[in-house]
Amino acid sequence: MPFIPHTEPQVQDMLRRLDADSIDDLFGEIPASLQRPAPPEIPAGLGEAGIGRIAKARAGRNHPLLCFAGGGAYEHHIPAAVWDIASRGEFYSNYTPYQAEAAQGSLQLTYEYQTMIAGLTGMDVANASLYDGATAFAEACLMAVRCNKQSGSRRIAVARTVHPAWRAVAGTLLRGQGLELVEIPLDARGKADFGPLDRDSGDGFAAIAVAAPNYLGGFPDVKAWRDRADQEQALLVVGVNPVALGMLRPPGEWGADIVCGEGQPLGIPMSGGGPYLGLLACKARYLRQMPGRVAGRTVDSAGHTAYALTLQAREQHIRRSRATSNICTNQGLMVTAATLHMALLGGEGLRRVAEACHARTVELVDALTAIDGVRRAWDAPFFHEAALCLDRPVAPVLAALADQRILGGVDISAEYPELGNALLVCATEMRTASEIQAYASALSGIMRGHTVSSRQARHAA
Amino acid sequence: MPPRLIFEKASPGRRAHAQAPAPEAAPPVDLPAELIREQDARLPEVSELDVVRHYTRLSQLNFSIDTNSYPLGSCTMKYNPRACHRLASLPGFLDMHPAAPDSAAQGLLECLYELQEMLAQVTGMEAVSLAPMAGAQGEFAGVAMFNAYHRANEDYERDEIIVPDAAHGTNPATAAMCGLKVREIATGRDGDIELEALDAALGPRTAGIMLTNPSTLGVFERRILEISSRVHAAGGLLYYDGANLNALLGRVLPGDMGFDAMHLNLHKTFSTPHGGGGPGAGAVGVAASLKPFLPVPIVEKIDGAYRWKTEAPRSIGRLAANGGNIGVLLRAWAYLRMLGREGLRRVSDHAVLNANYLAFRLAEAGFDLAYPSRRAGHEFVISLKRLRDETGVSAADFAKAMLDEGFHAPTVYFPLLVPECLLIEPTETESPEALDTLIDAMARIRDQALSDPQAVISAPHRMPIRRPDEVLAARKPDLAYGPALES
Repeated sequence: MPFIPHTEPQVQDMLRRLDADSIDDLFGEIPASLQRPAPPEIPAGLGEAGIGRIAKARAGRNHPLLCFAGGGAYEHHIPAAVWDIASRGEFYSNYTPYQAEAAQGSLQLTYEYQTMIAGLTGMDVANASLYDGATAFAEACLMAVRCNKQSGSRRIAVARTVHPAWRAVAGTLLRGQGLELVEIPLDARGKADFGPLDRDSGDGFAAIAVAAPNYLGGFPDVKAWRDRADQEQALLVVGVNPVALGMLRPPGEWGADIVCGEGQPLGIPMSGGGPYLGLLACKARYLRQMPGRVAGRTVDSAGHTAYALTLQAREQHIRRSRATSNICTNQGLMVTAATLHMALLGGEGLRRVAEACHARTVELVDALTAIDGVRRAWDAPFFHEAALCLDRPVAPVLAALADQRILGGVDISAEYPELGNALLVCATEMRTASEIQAYASALSGIMRGHTVSSRQARHAA
Repeated sequence: MPPRLIFEKASPGRRAHAQAPAPEAAPPVDLPAELIREQDARLPEVSELDVVRHYTRLSQLNFSIDTNSYPLGSCTMKYNPRACHRLASLPGFLDMHPAAPDSAAQGLLECLYELQEMLAQVTGMEAVSLAPMAGAQGEFAGVAMFNAYHRANEDYERDEIIVPDAAHGTNPATAAMCGLKVREIATGRDGDIELEALDAALGPRTAGIMLTNPSTLGVFERRILEISSRVHAAGGLLYYDGANLNALLGRVLPGDMGFDAMHLNLHKTFSTPHGGGGPGAGAVGVAASLKPFLPVPIVEKIDGAYRWKTEAPRSIGRLAANGGNIGVLLRAWAYLRMLGREGLRRVSDHAVLNANYLAFRLAEAGFDLAYPSRRAGHEFVISLKRLRDETGVSAADFAKAMLDEGFHAPTVYFPLLVPECLLIEPTETESPEALDTLIDAMARIRDQALSDPQAVISAPHRMPIRRPDEVLAARKPDLAYGPALES
């Protein structure tokens, strides 16, 4: 029997001691009408070889494409040591470190992680993770409202350049508490248009939220954002990419109150979209409104350094309906991987990754915009992503590229109709000059009409 | 003494040189100077071997399922099969960008679709969404769907949720996130809900009730059918907290008990790893009436091809940036396919056999069961109140002494209504010999409490640290290496 160690004589011996005739007897308190005569209809069990055959066949039916897509998930080099060490059973199969004496390894690691995230973002403190960038953004908004009760506002003004999925998740998670997200649109140059806020006659804003770099790869005018937050007496929530922070000025230096982000670029595989890592950091004065677990350094009863989860009075298992969040399980193993990743790269290594990403994307954008019918949405600095406008619908172009094993980017036409036919492209440090050239010639061929997607061909037939 | 911090092992200029692009691949950037940081981020400057040794050493300070038994109630710390980890880590799964077209992800989508279907079968629910990334998010999805359902019926007065006093803390915390008021109801002396208390709480403001069954007391709520008919008669809905599904797997289906929505903790029942706190996965299942409100995305099968369905007009919306914790879902898929139809019931059979055997033997050894007249589900509660009154040894002290014996402590002081309690869940993957070792260890600690209580009160003695000063940790938070904080 897979995973069950009992021998039949042992089962009989245990039942005899329990004065039961059969295992069924142990379920005697459950009404008979609720006990199914036969187990649910799922496929018959498989041995390890059998499930291995199926899984390998299906993994083989996925076709990883040459990746020029970002949009919140990025292909970076992951040092071999990251998952070799993170997959050790002592990290992989241990529990939440509520029993500090039995989890000093994970607790010290979490303390080191919090230090690294605080350093990267320029904030005072970081928590021990949320689920992903989108939920970290939503929790940052909720937290900002709690931290800014004096504003009396239940509204948050959010830049339209914040990841659309982050805004959607925040919408889902904030709705129940009657909080409202108000959008700050883009002007023609891709900058924030504060006009709607100037004309707004509502009760102000508890927080203003922006991403740097933003979803379209660009940089907000951070001084304008900080000034706007001050003018509204609102907290400034900033979404970040941790790899970009290898070279960018940390938001703590330009006035962010709460920083959130997607930690996937720190050693976590793209894995079809998850599990990822929600980053959250803040100024010390907001610490007690921060959701999620936090590890702290203290001393043990012998006076030696020790680590323990702390400030648990914020959390659901203590505070129940008055907790800062309902989060319990977080992304512990992803924290382990990210910590290993940051330790292996160091500050200089992370900067070089960021610089290489930027350099490759400059090359990519130059190569693609040399093609007729492809231009930049606007001419402004970018990190490792840029919005391009095509002279035709994006979806068939991406399908034709996929036929040539190229993932040409993310089609953002539906999310940003003001940009027309818009494509978000990205090149990380993993892309080589010849791969970028291969993408450019494939796109050039498609734009000249030489290649028709097989799906289009099927459709036409 | 703990190892020094990785930062304290650093030397300026030292790096793991193989891990980052060479300087010539990373030319200085041509961006406005005000965007660029003045100094590199303060990350450790260490070699690859430094990193490997440091974190290997840290790992050795942890208990884990691979090294120790975890009789940790409500957490279902069963063995995490290696095959599930290996198969979910195949490059064809790991290297997939979330924006990849469905046509390039058919193998992954087929696994996820199959998991949705199997989970619907296993729970007796009509449909399943895999989007929630943990149990608490599954709860959020469930209660948000209750709200959406009532609103769709133009029933705007339902702003209360009923939660038993023994419930997990996530239940009331979730209700609050969904904007509902919590009405707590008492548990009776026999461990079942008091129907009078339920009737008193039910009314036109009832959005629903959140229940765990078997409850966190480890006993099956025997009048569940009566409860579900009363809640439904009052216009409310029933939410099943799937944390304890291991007790019923393959035998009793939440859908048959009358539940309208539920989550499954795939990191409990379906054996995906806890990873030191996560990631988990909290797939949510619903009855037909709630299907339109399920969170997106959901995997669909149309003409033999699989695709992500990302829009549904009445959905409560998105819960994750992408499709949820997919790597975790793949592990649960592999586990379920290995268990198969005939293996489902073996899980609950042996989980319940182990719990009842352990409860019986501990009672024989002089421990007080909180509900001695009841059959244990997959877990049970003992109270150390008598021991504490006699010796001064508390449940927390006892738990620390168990660490010295090589066992992770049971869940302590939960549920809140049993004084000095230990909530014990052995799971089906522990052998009878392992249970006997646990019983011997607990009997030894009890003997020591009676003969030399101070030795237990000062435990642990053989762990990497003694008890941490949690008051100091909370009063003067030291949450990052470097300058002290003022908060």
